Amino acid sequence: MNFKNLGILITAGTLLFNTNLSAETEKECFEKLSRGIFEFNQVVDKAVLKPIAKGYSKLPEPIKNGTGNFTSNLATLLTVPNHLLQGQWRSAGESTASFLINSTIGILGFANPAEKLGLKNQQEDVGQTLGAYGVGGGCYFVLPILGPTTIRDTVGMVADTLVDPFAQITLREKEILSISGSKIDYFSVMGASAVDFRADNIKNLESLEKNSLDMYAAIKSLYLQNRAKKISNTFTSDDDEWNEFNK
Amino acid sequence: MKRFLSALVIFLITTISTNSFAYNTDPKLFVEELVDDAIKTLSNKSISKADKNKKIEEIALANVDIDALGMYTLGDVRKTLDENNLKKYKTLFEKYFLKSLTSRLTDYSSQKFEVLSADQKSDNYNIVSSRIVESASQPEIKIDWRIYTKDPSKPLIRDLIVEGLSLAKTQKEEFASILNSNNNDINILFSKLEEFINN
Repeated sequence: MNFKNLGILITAGTLLFNTNLSAETEKECFEKLSRGIFEFNQVVDKAVLKPIAKGYSKLPEPIKNGTGNFTSNLATLLTVPNHLLQGQWRSAGESTASFLINSTIGILGFANPAEKLGLKNQQEDVGQTLGAYGVGGGCYFVLPILGPTTIRDTVGMVADTLVDPFAQITLREKEILSISGSKIDYFSVMGASAVDFRADNIKNLESLEKNSLDMYAAIKSLYLQNRAKKISNTFTSDDDEWNEFNK
Repeated sequence: MKRFLSALVIFLITTISTNSFAYNTDPKLFVEELVDDAIKTLSNKSISKADKNKKIEEIALANVDIDALGMYTLGDVRKTLDENNLKKYKTLFEKYFLKSLTSRLTDYSSQKFEVLSADQKSDNYNIVSSRIVESASQPEIKIDWRIYTKDPSKPLIRDLIVEGLSLAKTQKEEFASILNSNNNDINILFSKLEEFINN
């Protein structure tokens, strides 16, 4: 991992997209194109991801739980440096302990004994770190296959591969502590993670689609709300927005 | 005697229909009793789907602040609408909301629900925390209920916040997107709402 590169990236990001943190962007980069890509992603989802997720959801619970635990344990490798970059020392300690316990006692992360010990493993990424530094979203758009994002989160996604030791070993094929991997390992884990997430949300997305007047706008709103929540690490329900309607 | 019996019948019908959706005024118990009632209704095999939907709609009309929710969801456009359009919007929104709510509740009615705690944010609001318990098909879902308590004897639901994501805000941004893409033409929103209601 190269902290110097990351420092440059964060500084550049801050200068480029410095806006008020609380103002999660609603501005679109290129809405027409994004809507087209969104439609394409919906087709791909219905043809590929959803059927796989449906099949996956029929697997025995231990396999599904094991897959979810394994992928989220690997994601901890990205979480720890981001906790450190945000000055969240306690969370960094808890995530490190969680990773060590789950990777050993938890048999390479397939089990999650750390959770039973009360160790929280909240996932963090560079996009969230940039957000915590005050970098605004920039504008919103949709990427093919990868889905909703903002300029900040796209920069963060690229930076994730610099910060994440797992991505360094697999995607960038660097050897760390005599551990090596390949791009196939990286994309297999990302794929498994996507299927696991999709399987967990089959009902939620079906319900959302059925009840939405504009699915694109609903997903955009949910994405931006979710990112704002993850950046602030709290949920603050805003009473002020409702006060106007108090009778 | 006939008049007395008629009066008695009217009194009984009124009393029953008023009290059947009068839940506890403590926000935590209010949510607990309301959801319990809704789940029992949806899982009752002895009543028809139409009757189930009707009862859910009655529960919602009595316990959700649909008027405030509709105005919040419409955003700033509400300030520019004339009385007729505002009236039309309120009517359409209520129908849309009730259909959408019934559909969503039906989707989740088979799952176990628990109310965890209530947090009084101000004199006007309580946030009641709850969860849909993890099942084979779905992980745990945390749901916070924004309860409007200005009149403590009549708590009203204003928003559901699912895993930290506000459904009212999502709805508001959906409507805003439709309006923004169509030069704030309220008739386009009306036709989208009508399309949903009639499908």
